[in-house]
This record gives sequence, structure tokens and C-alpha cells, in this order.
Amino acid sequence: MEKAINMNRPSSSDGMSRIDGRLKVTGAAKYSAEYAVEGLTYGVLAGSTIAKGTITALDTKAAERAPGVLAVVTYLNAPKVPGFQPDQKGIRAQLKVFNDNKIFYNGQPIALVIADTYERALYGASLVKATYNKEEHQTSLTDNFGKGFPPRGDGLYKRGTEDAWKSAPIKLEQEYIVPTNTHNPMELHAIIARWDADDKITVWDKTQGVKATQHDISQLFKLPLENVQVNSRFVGGAFGSALRTWPHEIVAILGAKAVKKPVKLVLSRADMFTSVGYRPHTWQKVGIGATADGKLTGITHQAYGQTSPYENFTEGAVNVSQSMYACPNVNTKYNLVALNVGTPTWMRGPGEATGSFALESALDELSYALNIDPIEIRIRNYAETDPENGKPFSSKHLKEAYQLGADSIGWSNRKQQPASVKKDGWFVGYGIGCGMFGAYRSGAVIKATLKADGTLHLQSAVSDIGPGTGTAMVLIAAEQLGIPADKISFENGASDLPQAPTQGGSATTASVGSAVYKACADLKTEFQKLTGNNTNDKPDYAQILKQHNLPSVEVTSKSDGGEGRDKYSMNSWSVHFVKVLVNALTGVVKIDKVTSVADCGTIISPKTARSQIVGGAIGGIGMALMEEAIIDHRYGRYINNNYADYHVPVNADIPQIDALFVNKPDPILNPMGSKGMAEIALVGMAAAVANAVYNATGKRVRELPITPDKVIG
Amino acid sequence: MKQFQYVQPATRQAVLEAINKPGTKIIAGGTNLVDLMKRGVTAPDKLVDINHLPLKNITVTPLGLYIGALALNSVVSENKQVIEKQPLLAMALKSGASPQLRNMATVGGNMMQRTRCGYFYDTAMPCNKRVPGSGCGAYEGVNRMHAIFGASSQCIAVHPSDMCVALAALDAVVIIAGKKGEHRVPFTEFHRLPGDHPEADNNLAPGELITGVEIPDNNLAKNSYYLKVRDRQSYAFALISVAAALDIKNGIIQNARLAMGGVAHKPWRLFDAEKALVGKKASEENFQQIAQLAMQGAKAYGYNSFKLKLAPASITEALKHAAGLV
Ligand SMILES: Cc1cc2nc3c(=O)[nH]c(=O)nc-3n(C[C@H](O)[C@H](O)[C@H](O)COP(=O)(O)OP(=O)(O)OC[C@H]3O[C@@H](n4cnc5c(N)ncnc54)[C@H](O)[C@@H]3O)c2cc1C
Ligand code: SF4
Repeated sequence: MEKAINMNRPSSSDGMSRIDGRLKVTGAAKYSAEYAVEGLTYGVLAGSTIAKGTITALDTKAAERAPGVLAVVTYLNAPKVPGFQPDQKGIRAQLKVFNDNKIFYNGQPIALVIADTYERALYGASLVKATYNKEEHQTSLTDNFGKGFPPRGDGLYKRGTEDAWKSAPIKLEQEYIVPTNTHNPMELHAIIARWDADDKITVWDKTQGVKATQHDISQLFKLPLENVQVNSRFVGGAFGSALRTWPHEIVAILGAKAVKKPVKLVLSRADMFTSVGYRPHTWQKVGIGATADGKLTGITHQAYGQTSPYENFTEGAVNVSQSMYACPNVNTKYNLVALNVGTPTWMRGPGEATGSFALESALDELSYALNIDPIEIRIRNYAETDPENGKPFSSKHLKEAYQLGADSIGWSNRKQQPASVKKDGWFVGYGIGCGMFGAYRSGAVIKATLKADGTLHLQSAVSDIGPGTGTAMVLIAAEQLGIPADKISFENGASDLPQAPTQGGSATTASVGSAVYKACADLKTEFQKLTGNNTNDKPDYAQILKQHNLPSVEVTSKSDGGEGRDKYSMNSWSVHFVKVLVNALTGVVKIDKVTSVADCGTIISPKTARSQIVGGAIGGIGMALMEEAIIDHRYGRYINNNYADYHVPVNADIPQIDALFVNKPDPILNPMGSKGMAEIALVGMAAAVANAVYNATGKRVRELPITPDKVIG
Repeated sequence: MKQFQYVQPATRQAVLEAINKPGTKIIAGGTNLVDLMKRGVTAPDKLVDINHLPLKNITVTPLGLYIGALALNSVVSENKQVIEKQPLLAMALKSGASPQLRNMATVGGNMMQRTRCGYFYDTAMPCNKRVPGSGCGAYEGVNRMHAIFGASSQCIAVHPSDMCVALAALDAVVIIAGKKGEHRVPFTEFHRLPGDHPEADNNLAPGELITGVEIPDNNLAKNSYYLKVRDRQSYAFALISVAAALDIKNGIIQNARLAMGGVAHKPWRLFDAEKALVGKKASEENFQQIAQLAMQGAKAYGYNSFKLKLAPASITEALKHAAGLV
């Protein structure tokens, strides 16, 4: 008999393993760079070495003469991109790469060297020499607040009285800084571009949305949509970096046109820092006030985030303060500062991860000022309805989550007085941080084919960047149809498959899962039509097909974005508990234990759900303790653009992580009762760590990452 | 990368002849050299592979322990004799890089590894070590990882090795083969300070080959500790590291060895602090005092000013561990 799984606390061995796990660990899963396309050539980018100005001369002769080099593509000779809009500005105005001689940021692609081998292309790229007319650049966010501008309208939000926190009996105002974080997934971004005809192209491309990439390429190169085939069967992590079409993708397509051969372009690790976005460096200031018994009276939350000179990237950094707690008076301000950097993009928990570091730290500071337990202050200000719009939440069980997490971490061992527990030269401390993220759903189509051999085949264009989308889809179908999971297959990641949204915003299971759910219902209807029997909910499909001499039954089912958004505020919630040890002399922080509790509706796939929460917690540890892409502002150039110097957590940094789930269905968002979980796994985590460090040492670190120098400083 | 030749001379003599020509470089584990070649920091015409030379041995000698230049970092760190006689070395090696790198990295290569200064690695940046006379990018730049002892206005880089800090503390001797045969150099005199020639990391002459190191026996094994303070718990270079080894009788220090990493262009041996430790009681207060003494002459360059506080704190913490106080 199968062992019953505790869905509040699935263990790492509980639940079905990833359907593609074996393919991945044996190397059989093929990623975009791994297709042996006939006649393949190799591209390597050369980047600018100044941060602003114009190219006055470009010497490509040596590169062109180098052995094996087929072409050096630059703005001087690149085929035109017909879809570039000359005066395009603002949101989604991508870098018009190889269009003219303008340099906007250091590392901007100035040439693509294409050769018969990767090594020869790499050598060729080192020979490209540019001469520049250098202009004064700006890369420092904090030096350029004066140039801040609101991306939309006036960038202001107000409810109740402005700056009400200032007249509260207990109040504080502090600045919080999140540096640039880069996604740095293990798989480097890669594309193989092959022109099949003058107006027809196939790409194998790392993307979180094959349909969106197909659309972008068709628009940029003015090709009929159906003449653009985008394949992205496996994606080795992305965290948001593959949510949009980037210059290197356009460049590879141009290169393939120039040499009339397929071109493969794999970014180097250094390219990854300048080519595919990042979590923007953001400065925030929070003013927060409360009554003596800990009722919030006002929050003022301001943020300045960086963006590129040619495009406005915005995220909801200040939005958490609008909805997280029941506070009558809230005003926020969000500004952008255009710097000589590439455009940022969404990175796991975009906006909320940044904003919650400020809000959850400030609330923690307030709890010490009030001498109230940090959980208690959250309960006293618990929002039963969305304070931003008055709507009821579709579901919110955060109080239960507090309880589950507090028990698991051993919160009762925490001392309210900072720096009061020390063991063997290490301070011990506990911290809490909460997260929220909108629960979204959009339209999706599933094609489902049930065959006479009893197998079911599901098809969707959706990408699976690692969360285990296919696994969850198989489990939904298995439950709905009563077919064993090992008889169900899932095919995805190609633009000629049925419509699916880009994988992002924690919305895939809600969106594509609803389509699977609908397809299962439609299949049942087809079988009921065949048998005339509508009492047996899960009949023997194979036998029915054989009886009717049919090879298969096929449905194509569409699910829309769901209803209720006008009536309900829909969000996923999380709370993270962290126990830290901090060396009293060296300031080294070791995470001793993490408990993350997610209120994300019904758990569909316990094993992959658990690994989402664990992965998010690890991402949060990285953000809290070590991640920072550093620019030398004199040159406007990154100085730690490699895996040795840009630190992400390694096994030694990762403690025991308890991943817990409230596991109560959301009755509104979708028929499965699920909500998104990827973002909330990280949102709130950085503050939980900072708050634990404060509890351990009495040292409040408000600028991430919390490295030893800041703890002893 | 630039095209290059690759040779594998059969004997030590043939290696010595091959490396005696400009533009050649020895390759051992390749974990540092290949990275530098890929980034265009170094572009040799010819690589001389020495991995097949019989220089992998770890043997007990009348003086102490001999370790061949091609012994792998992982093998040395797990060797029984090393763990018994020189546990400080094993600890230092285990704190370096990652298991995969240690499985490739050799003792000779580790000594010869180049600085991790970000400006040195980026050919678009100025760096006197890479291109003499081009300026020091780090001097007024992001120098968080950089030196606080013995630097010059030409270069403030640090030597990144952990192993070398332990070997400097343990009075090791470097054995070098050249045209005129073998000679021995005290480990503390192998690496050099940058001065006006930051392009030279050490005193190994062109055409010379490191064949091994020898560590004299001592009474320090019981009270040894290697502390590495870093931004993550593994696979990160030291902000500060401390090799501490004590000989303690009845709570009184008889003999001491102390060296720091992450603070200078070479492993930074603290001779004065060692002397001051002798005759003292092993206590936190004494260690704190001596740590302050060790900081004489320290100078920071901006981003790395925290090291002025972190270094003495780390010395104290390391001595506490070595003395068994924690
Ligand atoms: C990501 C990363 C992290 C690291 N972290 C650490 C760390 O935390 N601590 C640490 O100590 N080290 C660290 N290292 C460095 C690592 O220890 C060195 O790369 C390694 O020890 C070099 O040894 P190798 O045999 O691979 O040398 P190679 O790369 O083969 O050679 C390095 C240099 O030594 C020369 N050379 C090699 N053998 C000899 C010889 N016998 N005689 C004369 N010259 C010789 C070569 O010509 C070359 O110039 C790290 C490296 C990387 C890539
Ligand atoms: S510190 Fe040394 S290695 Fe670094 S930039 Fe200056 S000269 Fe180059």
C-alpha cells in the first residue's frame, strides 16, 4: 500500500519524482545549445569597453583574417532589423543592437564573430578593436537620485493621510538597499538560429516563453508568425532571465542571415552579467509608525530603482507596503534612474523580494522599539481583507502558517533581547520575514490524446524552466482521469504546440493546469458520448476505445484566465523563519536552520513543490548573505562577473530547510485549488535573515548582502 | 584563445630544456592557467605538460616530510602522514577551492597561482601586474579583497592561496630545479612583495621548475588551526585567513607559528607576534593583545578598511581554536 503523505510537511522522498528527472541526470535532456544542426557555425560576442559614447572606428580586419573566421558582423555591415522602431522609447524599447554606433553601457555587443569552431570565434572576437568617442557615463544609483523620474504618471500612491507615520507615538525611518543581483542560472543563455528560407526561420533558444519569442522574432524580422519556429524543450534554470527577447538572440539571427548558415551563440558567464537582465539595484526608504500597543498607523515607502538609458523597466518594489498589513495610512513613491547599464528584468519575486526586504526589516525594527514579539506585531496588524482595495482575499491562511513555522523553528527558544544568547563563540538569533505575491492565471490550451493502449499524451507550448511543470500536469491528469501517472506523457517547449503563457509570475500551474483540467473533463464527455454511460467517472478508456475500434480520442481544450479577479484579491503568502549563528569575533553568519511555510493553495505535486520552496529559500540566502554584482563606477564595468567572485550559496551554506505547506485549497483561482509558489518561496527571506542577524548580535544590516565586514563594521 | 603548441617532454631534463625558452609555460592541473588563457590574461605560445613526471610522492625524510610538486591538493590533504605531522597544512588545503578543483590542483601550481584581483583578470582594465605601466585599477577602485600589508602604489594585490599560508607558517622549504641543478629556498622567501615590479609574483627564475617542498618536523601538531574567513562557507577566497600553530605546556606557550592570508602579496608570516606569544599563558586576553601587535604597519585602501578590524579578530579566533579554548 502507498504510504500516506503528510501534505503539510512532505519529505524529500514523498510524491512522484520529476517525469524528466532521469533524462536530466543522465544528460539525455537536450538543451538549446546541444542540437547538432547541420552546417552549424559558432558565434562569439565582442563587447564595448566603455560605458557611454560612440564608436568612431571599428577594426575588424585582423579578426576577419583569423583562421576559420567566416564573418564579423557589426553595425557597419549587419542586415537591418525591419522591426526596430526608430523613435521607440520607454517600456519594451529593446536595445537596437548593431543598428548604429551608440554605446549605452559597458559590455554592450559591438561585434559578432562567426567561425567554423567556437575556439576560433573566441580568438577572432579578441582581435576586434574599437575606437571610441567617450562620453561621461553614470552607473551609480545613489549618486543620481536627482535624475529620478516616475515611470508612469506621478509614481505616487496614497491611501489615508500622507506621511502619517511621522505623528505616531512609536516610529522610525530607515534606508534599505538591495544591490544588483544577477539570475545566473547554471545553463548559459544560448540560441541556435537557422534560416530555412528568406522568410522562414527555426531557432533553438533558451526562453521561458516560446510563443512570446516567436511573436517577437516575427515582429522584429517582419515574418509571418507561422514561419517562425521556436524550440525550447529544456531550460536549465532562468529565474526570469529568459522572460523576454534579448539582443543576443537578435544578433544570432542576424549572424545566421549574414553567413547563410546556422549560427550557435552561447553567452559566456561574463556576458550573462550584461546581456540578460538582473534584479535592479534599488534604494528604499521606509517610515513606519504605530500606537504604543503595536497597531500600525502609517507607512511611507519610497524606492529608486535603476534602469537602462533606452528602456524603462519597472517592478512593484513598493507594492508590498500597500497590501501586506492592515494600515490605514500608506503612501508610496517609485522612481527610476536611467544609468549606463543594460535593462534589468524580473528576477524571482520581482519587486516584492526587494520591497519586502525593506518593509519586513522596518517592521522588525518597530517590533523591537515596541518590545513586541515580531510574530505578535504581524498578528496585530493582520489584514483580513486587502487594505489596498477592500476586496476579500480569495484565500489567506497566514496565521496558520505563522504557527506551523514557529513550532518548526523552535521560536519559543528566541530571546527578545538581542545579543543575549552566545554559544562557543557564536551568537544565536532568530528572525522572521513574510512574503506575498499576486496569484495569477491566464489562458492556455491543451491538446490531449488518449490512445487505445491506455496512454495519454498532453501537449502544450509552455516552457518548463525547472519547477517541474510537466510533472504537475501529469499528476492533475492522473487524478482527473484515474489513469496511472506513468502512462501519461507531457510534451512542451515548442511554438507549434498549443498556446500557453510565458512561464513566469508563478502562474503556470494555475494557467496550464486549468487547461489540463478542462481537457480531462472534455475527454470524459467524449467517452460518455461513446458509451452513453455517464455514471462511471473513471472508466476503462482503453477497453472502450478497443470496443469502438478507435485508435484514439483527441480533444483540444482551452481554459481562460478564470473569473473573480474583480471581486477578490488573489495572492499567495509565505512566512520564513531563520535561525542564525554569528561569530562574535569575525562576523561570519551561518544559517543554522530555515523553515519556510507557504500558503499556496492545494499542493498538487509534493516533491517538486517541496523543491520549489527549498530552492527559493536558498535563493533568499544568496540574496541575504552574498549576492552582489559590483560595478567599478569609474569604468562603469562589472568587476566580479564570474562564478568564482559573484557568490551564490554552495552546499556548505545551506542548512536544514523545512518546507511546510498550509495546503488549503483556494476556492476561486482555479479548479485545482492551487496558487503560485515560486516567487513567495523567496519573497521575505532576505529580511528573515537580516532580522535573525539583528536578534543574534544587535547589529542591524540594512544594505545587502550581509557579509562579515558589515556585521563587524 | 590564441593557438598554442602543447608538448609533453619525457624527462625532467627535457622539461627543463623546453621551459628555458620565452613564451613557454608549464601546465600542471591547469585550474588556474587555463582560466587565464581563456580570458586572454596570458597567451603562451607553448604549454609544457609536466603531469607525468615522478613528482607526486609524499615521503618521510630525516628532516620531516617531503611533498612532490605534482602531488594533488586533495591527496595531500587526505594523506595520513600529513594529517598526523602537519594537520595545519591539511586544514588549509581543505579550505581551498572546491573538491573538484583540489582533485586537479597540484602543490607546485598552487604556489604559482596568480592573484584573483578582478582588474588583473579583465583585459579591458588597467593593471600593472598584467601590463606593467598601465596603472593599478584596484588602488583607487573596488579593493575589498586587497592587501593591507606590504603593498606598493604599483600593486595592492594579495596572493590567494591557503596552502601557502600554512607552508609559510610551518617553515617549509621549496625545492627548485634549474639548469645548474637543485637548490632550496625558504618558503617565506619564495613569494615576493610587489614593489616596483608587481609583474613578478615570486623569485622563481625563468626556466626553473618547482620539484617539491619539505616541511621540518615540529611539536605543533596538537595545537594547530587554520581559520578562513570568507563570504561563503566554501568555494570562496579568504577575506582573511590565519594559520596558527602552538606548542603549549602547562598552559604556557613554548613555541608559536603564525601567518596570515588575504592580507599581502605573499603569505604574511607574523614573526614578532610569534615571539611575543612565547612564554605567555594561552588566554583570549593575551591573544587579543598579540593580535594588535601583529597589525603594526597595516594600511587599508578604502573598500578593504574592514580588514584592519577583521584581521586581529581573526588572529584571536584562530589562536583560541589552536589553543583549544573553543
Ligand atoms: C574557482 C576557483 C576557486 C579557487 N579557490 C581557491 C581557494 O579558496 N584557495 C586556494 O588556495 N586556491 C584556490 N583556487 C586556486 C587553486 O588552488 C589553483 O588554481 C591551483 O592550486 C593551481 O594548481 P594547478 O596545478 O592547477 O596549476 P596550473 O593552473 O596548472 O598552473 C598554475 C601556474 O603554475 C605554474 N606551475 C605549475 N606547476 C609548476 C611547477 N612544478 N613549477 C613551476 N611552475 C609551475 C604554471 O606554469 C602556471 O603558471 C581556486 C581556483 C579556482 C578556479
Ligand atoms: S592590485 Fe595588482 S593585480 Fe590588481 S590591478 Fe593593481 S596592479 Fe593589477
